[in-house]
Amino acid sequence: MSRIFEIEKEIAEEFELFDDWSEKYQYIIELGQKLPPLDDKYKTEENKIKGCQSSVWLNSYEKDGRIFFEADSDSTFVKGEIALLIRALSRQPAEEIVKTELEFIDKIGLRQHIAVTRANGLTSMIKQMKLYAVAFQKS
Amino acid sequence: MNTAESTLTKTISDFDVQKWRKDFPILSQRVYGKPLIYFDNAATSQKPQVVIDALVKYYSECNANIHRGVHYLSGKASKAYDETRSKVQRFIGSESEREIIFTRGTTESINLVVSSWGRKNISEGDEIIISAMEHHSNIVPWQMLCEEKKANLKIIPMNERGELLVDEFKKLLSPKTKFISVVHTSNSLGTINPVKEIIRIVRACSPLLRRGVGGEALVLVDVAQAMAHEKITVRDLDCDFLAFSGHKMLGPTGVGVLYGKLSLLEDMPPYQGGGEMIQSVTFEKTTYADVPAKFEAGTPNVADVIAFGAALDYWNTLDRIAIADYEHELMMYASEKLNAITGVRLIGTAKEKSSVVSFVNDGLNALDVGMYLDTLGVAVRTGHHCTEPVMDFYKISGTIRASFLFYNTKEEIDVMIDGVKKAISFLKK
Repeated sequence: MSRIFEIEKEIAEEFELFDDWSEKYQYIIELGQKLPPLDDKYKTEENKIKGCQSSVWLNSYEKDGRIFFEADSDSTFVKGEIALLIRALSRQPAEEIVKTELEFIDKIGLRQHIAVTRANGLTSMIKQMKLYAVAFQKS
Repeated sequence: MNTAESTLTKTISDFDVQKWRKDFPILSQRVYGKPLIYFDNAATSQKPQVVIDALVKYYSECNANIHRGVHYLSGKASKAYDETRSKVQRFIGSESEREIIFTRGTTESINLVVSSWGRKNISEGDEIIISAMEHHSNIVPWQMLCEEKKANLKIIPMNERGELLVDEFKKLLSPKTKFISVVHTSNSLGTINPVKEIIRIVRACSPLLRRGVGGEALVLVDVAQAMAHEKITVRDLDCDFLAFSGHKMLGPTGVGVLYGKLSLLEDMPPYQGGGEMIQSVTFEKTTYADVPAKFEAGTPNVADVIAFGAALDYWNTLDRIAIADYEHELMMYASEKLNAITGVRLIGTAKEKSSVVSFVNDGLNALDVGMYLDTLGVAVRTGHHCTEPVMDFYKISGTIRASFLFYNTKEEIDVMIDGVKKAISFLKK
C-alpha cells in the first residue's frame, strides 16, 4: 500500500499531462462517473456534508487499523474530487490522514478553481475526513 | 419578410453593440485562452471606463474626508459627493435630494428601513407582506423583525410561470397590514412584477385599512435587478421606499441607495450612531443631524459614491428604450434556443420578463454544467441565487442562470448554447 505522499505525487504527475483547465475538468468528470455508487443506506442526514451547491454523503469505517472512506454526491464533478480524495486517504492509518496537508490539491490547480468559492464542498469534505480520522484515533 | 421579422432585424441591427462594448475594458479579456463571455450581470455588472477613471481620478486628485474639512481638497471631495446625491435624485425623479441616502447596497438599504422604521412602528400582531420570489435580503431582515416584535410575515404567492398572484395579494391586505416590501424584478426568475398595480391597490385600500388599527400601509420596492434594464422613477411608482445597488448598474461595489419619502425619513430614528450623523454630542444627550446625514454615520464611501455618479452620467447618454428592446431580443433568443434542447426546462416563464434565463436539465447538476461553461470562458451563475424559497417552489436545488446586459451579443449566446449541448452529452454518460 502506497503512502499518502506517494499517491499525491502520482496524481500530480497524471494532471501534468493536461494542458489546460478544460482538460482537467473533463478528467475529473470522468473520475466522478467511474466512482462506485454509495449504498443508499449510508445516504443519511448524519453522513451528509452540505456545500453551497452540492451535497456529499461520506461514510467511513475502520478495519485492521486503517480508515476506509466511501462517498457520493449529486454533482459528478464533486464525485470526481471525492474519487481523488478517496484514492489518497482511504485505506490509510488514522495518524497519517490527520497530519497530511494534501498538497496535491494545490499542485493540480484544483484549489485555485473551486475552493476559493463556496460553491463546492471540497474544504468541508477534507475537514470531515480528517475529523473521522481524529475520532478513530481517540477511540 | 413579414412585419414581425423586419422589426426584429431592425432592433438588432440598429443597436450598435460593438460600439458600447468598447467602453468596457474587461470584456476584451480572455479566460483560459478564450474570449470572456460575461453572463453574470444579475450578480454584478461590468464597469465602463468612465467609472474606472472616476475612481482613479478621485484617489489621484481629490481624496479627502468630506463635510468637516476646512481645506481645498475636502471642499472638492464634499462637492463631488453631494453632487452625486443630486444626480441620483434626478435619475429616480425624487422631489428632494434629502430623500436620497447612501448605503452599502440594497441589502443595507432594506436593513435600514427594517431597523429604523420597522422597530419604531411595528408591534405585536402587525402584518408585513413580502412576495414568494424575494431575494434573501428582503426576507431575512423582515423575519428578524417579526420575531422580535411578534409580528406576522405574509407571502404573496406565485404561479408556475413565476408570476405573482395579484388577487391573492388583495386577500392578504387587512387592517393589520403595516408594510409591503416587494421585489420589482426577480433575480432568479427574471419576472417583472406589477409593482405599480400593487402600490395602486395598497393606496386604494388605505382609507379602509386606516379604519382598522390606524396606520397607512407603506411600500418598499426592491429595484436592484431593475435599474440596469429600465427607467425607474419614484414619481411613476409612487412607492414610499426604493432600494437599489450601484454595482448592478455599472457603478462600483459598496454603494447603494435608499430613497424614502422625506416626511417618513424625518420621522425615523437613526440607523447607526457615530460621526457625521449628529448635531451636538454631550455625555448627557445627543441631538441628531437632519436627513440624510442622520442616516449616514461615519466616513461615507466617498470614492465609490463619486464614481457611481459617473455611472449615472453614462446611463444618461444611453437610449434606454433601445437598450430594453435589444435586451429583450437577447432574452427571447436565448430562451428559444434553450427550449429547443431536449431535457432543458426554463424556470421562470412570466409574460413580463427581464433579460434573465434560468434553466435546469433534469438529472444534471447545475454546478457541473456551470463549471463546464466556465471552461469555455462563459461566466454564468448556478445554485439557488439567494432565493431558496423559489427553488423549493419548483422542487429543484438550483438553476443555471444567464443574465444579459446591453453589451452581450447573440454570438455569445450561441457559444453558451453549444456548451450546454456538449455538457449534456458528456455528463449524461
